[in-house]
Amino acid sequence: MSGGSGWHRFAETFLNTSVMLKYLPDILSGVLVTLELALLVVVTGIAAGLALALLRSLALRPLNWLIIGVVDLFRSLPPLVVIVLIYFGLPSIDVAPSGFVSTWLSLALVLMAFSEEIFWAGITSVAKGQWEAARSTGLSFGQTLLNVVLPQAIRLTIPPLTNRTIAITKGTALGTVVAVTEILGQASSAMSNSYNPSPLMMGAAAYLVLFLPVVVAGRFIETRFAWKR
Amino acid sequence: MKRPIVDARGLHKHFGALHVLKGVDLRVAERELVFIIGPSGSGKSTLLRCLNRLEEPSSGRVVVDGIDMLDPRTDINHARQRIGMVFQSFNLYPHMTALGNVTLALRKVAGKPRAEAERLGQAALERVGLADRAGHTPAQLSGGQQQRVAIARAIALEPRVMLFDEPTSALDPELVGSVLEVMRALRESGMTMLVVSHEMGFARNAADRVVFMDEGVILEEGPPAKIFERPTHERTRAFIGQIQRH
Repeated sequence: MSGGSGWHRFAETFLNTSVMLKYLPDILSGVLVTLELALLVVVTGIAAGLALALLRSLALRPLNWLIIGVVDLFRSLPPLVVIVLIYFGLPSIDVAPSGFVSTWLSLALVLMAFSEEIFWAGITSVAKGQWEAARSTGLSFGQTLLNVVLPQAIRLTIPPLTNRTIAITKGTALGTVVAVTEILGQASSAMSNSYNPSPLMMGAAAYLVLFLPVVVAGRFIETRFAWKR
Repeated sequence: MKRPIVDARGLHKHFGALHVLKGVDLRVAERELVFIIGPSGSGKSTLLRCLNRLEEPSSGRVVVDGIDMLDPRTDINHARQRIGMVFQSFNLYPHMTALGNVTLALRKVAGKPRAEAERLGQAALERVGLADRAGHTPAQLSGGQQQRVAIARAIALEPRVMLFDEPTSALDPELVGSVLEVMRALRESGMTMLVVSHEMGFARNAADRVVFMDEGVILEEGPPAKIFERPTHERTRAFIGQIQRH
């Protein structure tokens, strides 16, 4: 290979056109699975986190201990451990979730835990005077929470929530461990079948296409919602 | 006094080991403007906040407009509509416009349809001289304007009593006048008002009665001229002397 430049050799190995064309359909189907998984995780994880934060604001002692316990548990466990526990552990009690469901559940639980903490921090950071003003006009606890406190809390939570959501959504790649055919899973099996790392490059490109817009949108949302009081 | 509109008796309030109200009796007649003065920590704000139960009294009795505020069967959210409150720090909802601030309780508590709530809200803003600021958010308003919106938010519900908790203390001196002017107009319209404030000039001109509180009790009360010029208690005299010297 005396004639080939470094770049040429790199391209031959990592950006091999024939390999890429062959495995493009697999990668694309992986993109769909990742997209599906990511959307499910984001919607259910954030909804569950918000629900827990609202429950916590009721200030019922035993319930709050329970919420804090669950939240701290899922914030400390690595998502991979949760996935493995659900996928390999639950069958022993006769529940056998698929790899897809295990990954979804695990990441949703982790996102729930982090977003609960973020929402809770947002709710508690709204000034006490806001509650007092609203309650003094006759608004109930729930009306005050929904109409006055939550809209302000959510504004404060959007930047940290966006970051956390992106980080956890990328964890969909962990699904490859439990045979989910998402991007990384497709890419690595294509890589072993073709003895060539080009599919991995396609996978990386797919992640960029999927997540870069989200990251950029997150940046935009952060500036948009940083409003002065 | 024929049936008072505010009737508080034997009010006690403990915050942990701190005994903030030590048996306060206060009756306010309809259309009366009562000024509550006293050193900081004397319990003035706590007394006010016990009247609409933002603070839960430890013991005692509070009846406002015939409603027993401490009766567990009382619908407190309904009762609070009759008691407007204005806070030192305005506490406007920053994510809403001035009109949004004023109409929220009209829609959610009084159950008015949006169009009617907005008509009433606009009228309330008109009364505080801010009809042209309806679409502004609090951040776009001066402190004095914010406080006037807060007053509009309270009076839009047509309360029977208005509580003012140091309404001008957070304002720059040049903005105080506009708020006092609104309060004066409100008084002339016949509103019953309880005002915790250090605006002695306003108290002298507008108050029917001045109540001096010290260490959780009402030490003395009377017409402004008496309290300001011939106070009975040494502590009252000392406090008034300090306030007037600044």
